[in-house]
Amino acid sequence: MTGTAKTLYEKIWDAHVVERREDGTCLIWIDRHLVHEVTSPQAFEALRVSGRKVRRPDLTLAVPDHNLPTTARRDAAGGRIPIADPQSAQQLEMLEKNAPAFGIRYIGDADREQGIVHVVGPEQGFSLPGATIVCGDSHTASHGGLGALAFGIGTSEVEHVLATQTLLLKQSKTMEVRVEGELGAGVTAKDVVLHICGVLGASGGTGYVIEYTGSAIRSLSIEGRLTISNMAIEHGARAGLCAPDDKTIAYVKGRPYAPKGADWDKAVAWWKSLATDAGATYDKVVVIDAADIQPTVTWGTSPEDTVAIGGVVPAPESFADPSKQEAARKSLDYMGLTPGQKLSDVEVQNVFIGSCTNSRIEDMRAAAAVVKGRKKADNVRWAIVVPGSGLVKEQAEAEGLDKIFIEAGIEWREPGCSACLAMNPDKVPAGERCASTSNRNFVGRQGPGARTHLVSPAMAAAAAVTGKLTDVRELIG
Amino acid sequence: MTPIKHVAGTAIPFGRKNVDTDVIIPAHWLKTITRTGLGKGAFESIRAEEGNIFDDPAYAGAQILIAGDNFGCGSSREHAAWALLDMGITCVIAPSFSDIFSGNAFKNGILTVVLPQEAIDRLLEVAKDQPIDIDLETQTVTTPFQDRFQFEIDPFRKHCLINGLDEVGLTLARDEAIRTHEAKIAAELPFLANVVAA
Repeated sequence: MTGTAKTLYEKIWDAHVVERREDGTCLIWIDRHLVHEVTSPQAFEALRVSGRKVRRPDLTLAVPDHNLPTTARRDAAGGRIPIADPQSAQQLEMLEKNAPAFGIRYIGDADREQGIVHVVGPEQGFSLPGATIVCGDSHTASHGGLGALAFGIGTSEVEHVLATQTLLLKQSKTMEVRVEGELGAGVTAKDVVLHICGVLGASGGTGYVIEYTGSAIRSLSIEGRLTISNMAIEHGARAGLCAPDDKTIAYVKGRPYAPKGADWDKAVAWWKSLATDAGATYDKVVVIDAADIQPTVTWGTSPEDTVAIGGVVPAPESFADPSKQEAARKSLDYMGLTPGQKLSDVEVQNVFIGSCTNSRIEDMRAAAAVVKGRKKADNVRWAIVVPGSGLVKEQAEAEGLDKIFIEAGIEWREPGCSACLAMNPDKVPAGERCASTSNRNFVGRQGPGARTHLVSPAMAAAAAVTGKLTDVRELIG
Repeated sequence: MTPIKHVAGTAIPFGRKNVDTDVIIPAHWLKTITRTGLGKGAFESIRAEEGNIFDDPAYAGAQILIAGDNFGCGSSREHAAWALLDMGITCVIAPSFSDIFSGNAFKNGILTVVLPQEAIDRLLEVAKDQPIDIDLETQTVTTPFQDRFQFEIDPFRKHCLINGLDEVGLTLARDEAIRTHEAKIAAELPFLANVVAA
């Protein structure tokens, strides 16, 4: 750092230091805590056992998302349709009981605001620029798209935040990932972030908080920036941020929990002061030319395994690192791919459009624009669109997007995490391939033996109508 | 939390790179509401492979796991740490760990030791048939062949691990500092200090 010039991250960090220990560890104040059903039961249980309370239930918001089926949740008479998996049902029931027991605001499974916690937070104005935001989920980095310092925590940390509204943290190193230039036609925020994963590698950001800068990032909508920050963890960074600007302020304004009146004016003034100062330095800088980014797909079982859609499956020997060669061999075996094979020749049997990465209204629109007037390919056995929240669903339906999907033979579902991690009934069968707008292509992520290719919503839609991984630019002309 | 000062004995020479928490414990095991019993699901996809290292009798009862670069990447699930503990692992040695995983491991009394790849390669070789010794007080990893590797660890984490301290209790004792900050935020950043519904 030069003089007093600070980066965006340093400004947010400094505003939240409760106290600094001699060894540099800081107690950090947490402004917003999002809670879902999977990583919270053991934290609430620990509070009960130790007789501890939630310090600031008013700064906490609970939403179920991972286990919920994406089929109807209420019957015609308004009764709850039972969840088949007793363990899923139990986790959901625990959250439904724990939230009111500890005085926490709760959005229920059939509320119109329900959705994936990382879609709901920004949408409700609960997540704000400059805030420290945590959730027991690694994709909490998403909220960094608003210029918040947001990161995933484990269950012990969930308990720590519930009990103290703080976390013990060491300040991270800073990295700037600057994407300069204009994005080509058919190249979306998802392609940008997949490309970044390829450049940095799955662990390239470990120990860093990344700020995404440059004209290509500034040109993105807030939805697009949420997509970029969402996958910070897929290149190792616990948090990723985009500086708040006029687009951010316009996005937040008027949302249910957004500041009002005099508080709003104060907020805007502060948010505008958060951008990285001229003269501030980062520990590491990576510059990417937007012109190098093509519609991108993954071929392997790590998000770093990316290739432009026009490319081929790489040969394991092409990697310098022997352990990466071995990993690539295992990946190709699992994925059922051979080196040299063209990605655009790879047939898919499943298409999943959804997840906290790509289930906002812009994603629904991008997918629908490709699908419109076309039909799902015969070899695609299962194609679903899962909006990120009930409000995204309503908006999409108001625009007639649901009909476009349904007419094409693509299912239109209820909001939730769904086939991103297959904790609910939405799974990809073993050995089958899925073009997926989610964030992880890990072994077994979408179901045991499932083969995942990460893509953008437009690319997933293209795969749905052609039956194979396809360069969406061929369809949009 | 169980204090941890010294771990010695059989180590599993695993060594694989970029092992994500979905591999350590797949999502279908996350439906539990307790912290115990996850050892059965640990490394499930690898354990489905014939002759896998985790079911090799030579490494039965191991408390030490030697892993590859970026161990514990991906999901923040603390279940990964619980699964390792439940299978008896109290120390993982690797060239690097994901930030969230190493935090989760620490909070459950699992020692994560970072050593350079050359040291890991040597330990992977030795651990095939010889024990490994990790001493947290002196911050050293040693082998029966006089190998000696020094490792770094955050002093606060070391103190907590050695004494088995509960972090929540430690922080609650800082209540005055927390109250002071809370009041400061309320005055300076009122829009963050409270959540007011429309």
